[in-house]
Amino acid sequence: MHYQTESWNSYLPTKPPTTDSLQLILRLAAENAVVIFSKSTCCMCHSIKRLFSGMGVNATVYELDEDPREKEMEKALIRLLGSSSAVPVVFIGGKLVGAMDRVMASHINGTLVPLLKEAGAIWL
Amino acid sequence: MNSTSTQFVPSRRMGLCEPMPQVGMWNDYKENNCMHTSQPVILEVDSRFDNQSEDTSHGTVGPSNKYDQEENKPVDKVMRRLAQNREAARKCRLRKKAYVQQLENSKLRLMQLEQELERARHQGSYIGGGLDTGQLGYSGTTNPGIATFEMEYGHWVEEQNKKIADLRNALYSDIGDVELGIFVDGGMRHYFDLFAMKATAARADVFYLMSGTWKTSAEHFLSWIGGFRPSELLKVLMPHLEPLTEQRRLELSNLRQSCQQAEDALSQGLEKLHQILSETVADGQLGEGNYLPQISAAMEKLEAMVRFVGQADHLRQETLLQISRNLTTRQTARGLLALGEYFQRLRALSSLWASRPRGSA
Repeated sequence: MHYQTESWNSYLPTKPPTTDSLQLILRLAAENAVVIFSKSTCCMCHSIKRLFSGMGVNATVYELDEDPREKEMEKALIRLLGSSSAVPVVFIGGKLVGAMDRVMASHINGTLVPLLKEAGAIWL
Repeated sequence: MNSTSTQFVPSRRMGLCEPMPQVGMWNDYKENNCMHTSQPVILEVDSRFDNQSEDTSHGTVGPSNKYDQEENKPVDKVMRRLAQNREAARKCRLRKKAYVQQLENSKLRLMQLEQELERARHQGSYIGGGLDTGQLGYSGTTNPGIATFEMEYGHWVEEQNKKIADLRNALYSDIGDVELGIFVDGGMRHYFDLFAMKATAARADVFYLMSGTWKTSAEHFLSWIGGFRPSELLKVLMPHLEPLTEQRRLELSNLRQSCQQAEDALSQGLEKLHQILSETVADGQLGEGNYLPQISAAMEKLEAMVRFVGQADHLRQETLLQISRNLTTRQTARGLLALGEYFQRLRALSSLWASRPRGSA
């Protein structure tokens, strides 16, 4: 029942994501070269963290479920991505890269590494 | 008297429905759900004849001549007969509809069985002995989404074999790059079609997709998260793409490394899911007999499986696209041919393995 009410809460008409919560996300995203919004229980988030650490990138991770501002951040991310799952979301150099799809695609097509270099997240 | 009226009735009754034999079948379907025919047909029709003759012999007071009988029937009897006819026609139509529905279901069931048999032939028997489809058949046959997938995948493989043959002919003929490009595009899109089919099947039953029972045994043994491993694919293809410039070779080598990193990341995420699932199910007091909360929590975790299978296929698609971006049409064509034949060989290996002579049982 506990889990049930948790998920219901997000469907009830509550405050829409304010520009404040979006600003919060963007501000946090701009503070470091690589920023990952994640949840400690999310396995896809674990994958994305592993991908970056495997490339030698020291990413800043915000675990939403360990943050008091979870709900508003979640709503802002869902709004930003236009998808049903808020995490994982990656920002590089303050700019939105996207969710797992986009990160994978950009790694395969060779655009991820230059982006990381430009943001100073990796050298060589 | 009876004989003359029975002669007259059939043509009027029959005009409302289809010819006799089929009417009998629908009647049978309604009565005992089977499709035996001849005997019951006669009985049914005979009983109608009997009813009719009963009607005519009951209420009439006029002359015994058949024409006079028809014309002098009271109006309400005519109305009654018309109503009965309408009712019979309506029932007739309903029975026909039910019969057709049953035919459609049987047809679907037949296709499913054929697919199972085909698959069982590919897989051989792990248990030893005959093709016991009861043991090999996954629960997929009770899931319409999976039954559809199995059927579509069977067609996909047939189509794939044709495409490979066409591509081979095209490569070894004189055709120009533009025409060759058409075969290449077709080949690439065919793989993308498979990924789309798998996405739909994953929503129906992701475990089925992961179990690999829809693939041949050798293919499944070499697979990673429900399909080929992109980095391994590149290793298989590289020799067939020669001659390559140093630039291209470097690009492909980098691509292979990127694939490996992406694969490792997804594999580790899946391992984490494995661990979390185990913890979720084992949570709380084992042995109390009340485990609904744990099972409900685990359901949520299982949804993540669908995402992983999706990401793996997405990685495969992106890799194929990236390979084609770096190469000429002719090189891509050779690559696709090599890839196609690689899987054909794996399928052939599976068949051969399945049909190898066993030792003493």
